[in-house]
Amino acid sequence: MSDTHQPSKETLLEIYRIATLIKQADDRFIELIKAGQIASPYYSPRGQELIPAAISVNLKPSDYVVTTYRGIHDQLAKGIPLKPFVAELLGRATGTCKGKGGPMHITHVASGLPVTTGIVGAGLPIANGLAWAAQLNGTDQVTVVNFGDGASNIGAFHEALNLAAVWKLPVIFVCQNNRYAEHTHYSLGTGAATIADRAIGYGIPGVEVDGNDAVQMWRAARDAVARARAGEGPTLIEANTFRFRGHLLGDDSHYIPKEEMAEAVAADPVPRMRAWLIGQGHASDSQLAAIEAANVAAFEEAVEFGLASPYPDVSELDKDVVAEGAHA
Amino acid sequence: MSTTAQKKINTAQAINFALHDAMELDRSVVVLGEDIADDQGGGVFKCTAGLSAKYGTGRVKSTPIAEQAIVGAAVGGALAGLRPVAEIMLMNFTTVAMDQIVNHAAKLRFMTGGQTHVPLVIRTTTGAGFGTGGQHADYLEAWFAHTAGLKVVAPATPADAYGLLLSCIFDDDPCIFIENLPLYFQPGDAPVRGERIPLGKAKVVQEGSDITLVSYSRTLHEVVAAAKGLAKEGISAEVIDLRSIAPLDFDTVRASAAKTGRVVVAHEAQVDFGVGAEIAARLHKDLFGTLKAPVARVGAARSPVPFSKPLETAFVPTRERILAAIRETLD
Repeated sequence: MSDTHQPSKETLLEIYRIATLIKQADDRFIELIKAGQIASPYYSPRGQELIPAAISVNLKPSDYVVTTYRGIHDQLAKGIPLKPFVAELLGRATGTCKGKGGPMHITHVASGLPVTTGIVGAGLPIANGLAWAAQLNGTDQVTVVNFGDGASNIGAFHEALNLAAVWKLPVIFVCQNNRYAEHTHYSLGTGAATIADRAIGYGIPGVEVDGNDAVQMWRAARDAVARARAGEGPTLIEANTFRFRGHLLGDDSHYIPKEEMAEAVAADPVPRMRAWLIGQGHASDSQLAAIEAANVAAFEEAVEFGLASPYPDVSELDKDVVAEGAHA
Repeated sequence: MSTTAQKKINTAQAINFALHDAMELDRSVVVLGEDIADDQGGGVFKCTAGLSAKYGTGRVKSTPIAEQAIVGAAVGGALAGLRPVAEIMLMNFTTVAMDQIVNHAAKLRFMTGGQTHVPLVIRTTTGAGFGTGGQHADYLEAWFAHTAGLKVVAPATPADAYGLLLSCIFDDDPCIFIENLPLYFQPGDAPVRGERIPLGKAKVVQEGSDITLVSYSRTLHEVVAAAKGLAKEGISAEVIDLRSIAPLDFDTVRASAAKTGRVVVAHEAQVDFGVGAEIAARLHKDLFGTLKAPVARVGAARSPVPFSKPLETAFVPTRERILAAIRETLD
């Protein structure tokens, strides 16, 4: 019964490259915020890196990824170009959204990132529409929509899973269960034993995996993507993980028991994967160090680009409200 | 005028024609909503009749009773290049989908810096008069008009419904298309098929010189009837049908107000914080020294839509109430 199919060595290294890029980006953003370079709330995905890294290697550039305000990991994994990405975080005119979206709403259509929402649960119904268009146009595009465990308690989750099931849409619902909805522990906000259990109510497969295990996560994504591409309909994946830096940067996670946090940090998935890759003989320390150094160099170049970029002109307030030339 | 233009049809038929013509013209036009496919009756008011039979249940989709899912699917479809027309059976049910409408459909063009746009239409109907009580008959157009990024349209005749709906479907931004339940069944001139009516253009229904009457949707017909009565007394009223609420054709309203110096705005939505307030504010700004009387507003009472017939009748802006406001403004 157990699935022993392993990703190739190249795939494993790509997952690691992405995961470590996310970790490095997160660390660097926090430095920029603390240095006063970014004036924005920031929702760190530290601890959740392996989920999108292992999903994205199963996706094509034309596939869609929908995510949330805690979404830089999903965006980096989908391949958003670093310079306009960083510029957007900094609110600059050269950002993917001309500085009009900001850290909570980074989109990049050319990378297959059409919607990033700041509203819990709102991405799921929209993902259905993206998937409906693919189904109607006969493309083999799949749509992955990411959300947290908290979002599984909002109405939009239930409406969306039901519609996706009825319409047999090529959509993959990925619940990144980091155990806390804002400050409230899973057990205090969610009646179901697992989020994956909720799938049965909609007649779709529900899969629970260790989202901090690259191979398990990769297999779950591979199966869900294959199912969606084959026209067999949606899958709900519950990827169990943990959030190291609170709901919002600056929140001290006082509501998380110290032992729980210590245990999670000790199992930090990125260094754990690094050690595993070396231990399994997939890569040497120097190979991984080279990947990390290349990431840092590329990212620093993006930070320099962003910091040197201008802010949007105030006249941008009147642009993009409606189509150019139309009356607002 | 062609012979087809002299035929009479009602607004439900006009909307049905517009949907058929749009779907025929462009395969990116798709329709979704509760009970809209032919197997479910072609929509509760038959506006979508025949669409699924002709264009298939891939492009014409009946949905569960799930307004967030309906509007969300329309938003996603629009982002991916479709032109979805979502039917939200009654305007009060848009409240269930407000997050998708206000936080997403309206804002995504701006928030993505113009990378995306959301060319969807939400068709919805409303209006008192059928004893549906407090949760099935509200006019909520001011909410939507207050949201940057949304267009709001409310036709009063079958021909306008046809031409404006076509324009909304082929507009590149989200449109809230407000239909009126009693007007579905009221005949009017048939449209010229294929002819679109531009958004943001009011129609001067009748010219006049003594007073300007501004209205839209069902209340327009009460205003026209009131104006006819005034004509017998030798009072010449100019009647303007806004047709589009956002964008608002304020130029037409201002030009008329500058001519007559007296303005009454009448709509079925409640008066407070409504479209009439916006028009009055703009007129007072531009024509403060020119107006001969304060701009008057007539609308529904500030109460939920009541059930009991005498209450419901008194709730809406009746011809008598409109006439009273006109006489006060003329005094």
